[in-house]
Amino acid sequence: MGLFERLMHIDRRIIFLCIALAVLIPFIFPLRLPTYVTRRVKDVYDRIETLTPDDPPVLISIDYDPAAMPELQPMTLAVLRHCFSKDLKVITMTLHQAGPGLALDATSEAAEEYGKVNGIDYVFLGFKPAIAMVIDQMGQDIHRAFPEDYFGTPLSEIPMIADIHTYDDISLIVTFAASAITEAWVAYANGPYQEPVAAGCTAVSATDYYPFLQTGQLFGLIGGLKGAAEYEYLIGVPGRAIIGMDAQSIAHLIIIVFVIIGNVAFFVQRRGAAGGGRRG
Amino acid sequence: MRRQVPLAICFFLGVTMAIQYFIPHRVSLVYGETIRTWYLIVFTFALVLGTGSLIRVHWARIRRRASGWWYSLIAMGGLVLTLAVGFFGGIGQEGLFMKLYNYVQVPLEGTMFSLLAFYIASAAYRAFRARTLEATLLLLAAGIVMLGRVPIGQSIWAGFPRITEWILEVPNLAAKRGIMIGVGLGMISTAVKIILGIERSWIGGGD
Repeated sequence: MGLFERLMHIDRRIIFLCIALAVLIPFIFPLRLPTYVTRRVKDVYDRIETLTPDDPPVLISIDYDPAAMPELQPMTLAVLRHCFSKDLKVITMTLHQAGPGLALDATSEAAEEYGKVNGIDYVFLGFKPAIAMVIDQMGQDIHRAFPEDYFGTPLSEIPMIADIHTYDDISLIVTFAASAITEAWVAYANGPYQEPVAAGCTAVSATDYYPFLQTGQLFGLIGGLKGAAEYEYLIGVPGRAIIGMDAQSIAHLIIIVFVIIGNVAFFVQRRGAAGGGRRG
Repeated sequence: MRRQVPLAICFFLGVTMAIQYFIPHRVSLVYGETIRTWYLIVFTFALVLGTGSLIRVHWARIRRRASGWWYSLIAMGGLVLTLAVGFFGGIGQEGLFMKLYNYVQVPLEGTMFSLLAFYIASAAYRAFRARTLEATLLLLAAGIVMLGRVPIGQSIWAGFPRITEWILEVPNLAAKRGIMIGVGLGMISTAVKIILGIERSWIGGGD
């Protein structure tokens, strides 16, 4: 068996080992590669940057499960930190049944860092099933969609949200999702109520939302760990995303190297087979 | 009757809700709000039905000692434990419920998802071949986007992020919009077929 044939049938465990090392080594020896900021992430940052503490609250919907947490939790934290650092009022919620734990963690972690108090500076509404219906019902009356917050306190007894009833009383919405929940926010909050919506999503689903960006149905997009790293860079609070970018950079590079090796081996072998055929 | 009543309810609600959307009168708004509230209630019952179905399937596997029945036992144990801890211990951040979530569910799901990186790398090595012009274009676009979306790409060549943005904003956008329009038209046609009773598979039990 020649070199190129051996390369064509390389043991998958070697590939797994290379990827594992590519992910692990940058965590031990950081490369500190410079992060650059893309327009769509900057749009989200700039829009929040224009808000003042006197503006209506920002609604952040944390619509993902633990599988998407490595990509989406860093960007959720970055946006929450941005809002709390500007003393904006924040409402958080989730439309994913496995999301309340992550949403509560992210909200509490960012709030504690900035000394924010539940019920005064922020409210966590918890989870409600039936995505489209909840979003639509919130447009009619948030208190009907969520009569109580996550901890069972009636919204009418929470000073921060007692007078917040519809999307007219919300500055903007940012949804973090790894599924079609983002499209539901576009269809049911932006469409009928013209509420500004931005999205944070996994890198693999980011391509789905470019049509909404062009039409203005989404005013910004934070895509994948790279987007989260950009946001961390913009707010000047380096977090898990910036640390993770080194590992992701090397992993992407390794995959590209493997694809090139695979193609070289493929073409050399094919040429060899064609040459053998002609000789025969 | 078992088929006619659901079909009649579906037709009535489908038509009235479609009309309601375009009439901003108070009666219309109250009707829409009432139906949406009912939808939430019915949906919540669907969650109960789903849990019941899950218990029935796994319980049957455990009783029959079917292949891998201990996985079902673990699934049932997890369900009962989580429910009991949530009901009796509360769902606060410091409680056992959240500890189960943070230290069991989060690492398990994170591990499953992260395994994708290894399989994608292996699959890309074996299947990503420039056999045709289309495959070559796909290969080049994927390579550029993979480099353009990480900082090392810009360190190699500053043009990678710019070309990546162009790929995402122009050809990707055009293709996605075409797909979305097709999906949207398909959804409208399916909805009309369901409302008019032409498509009846949702009732179950064959035609």
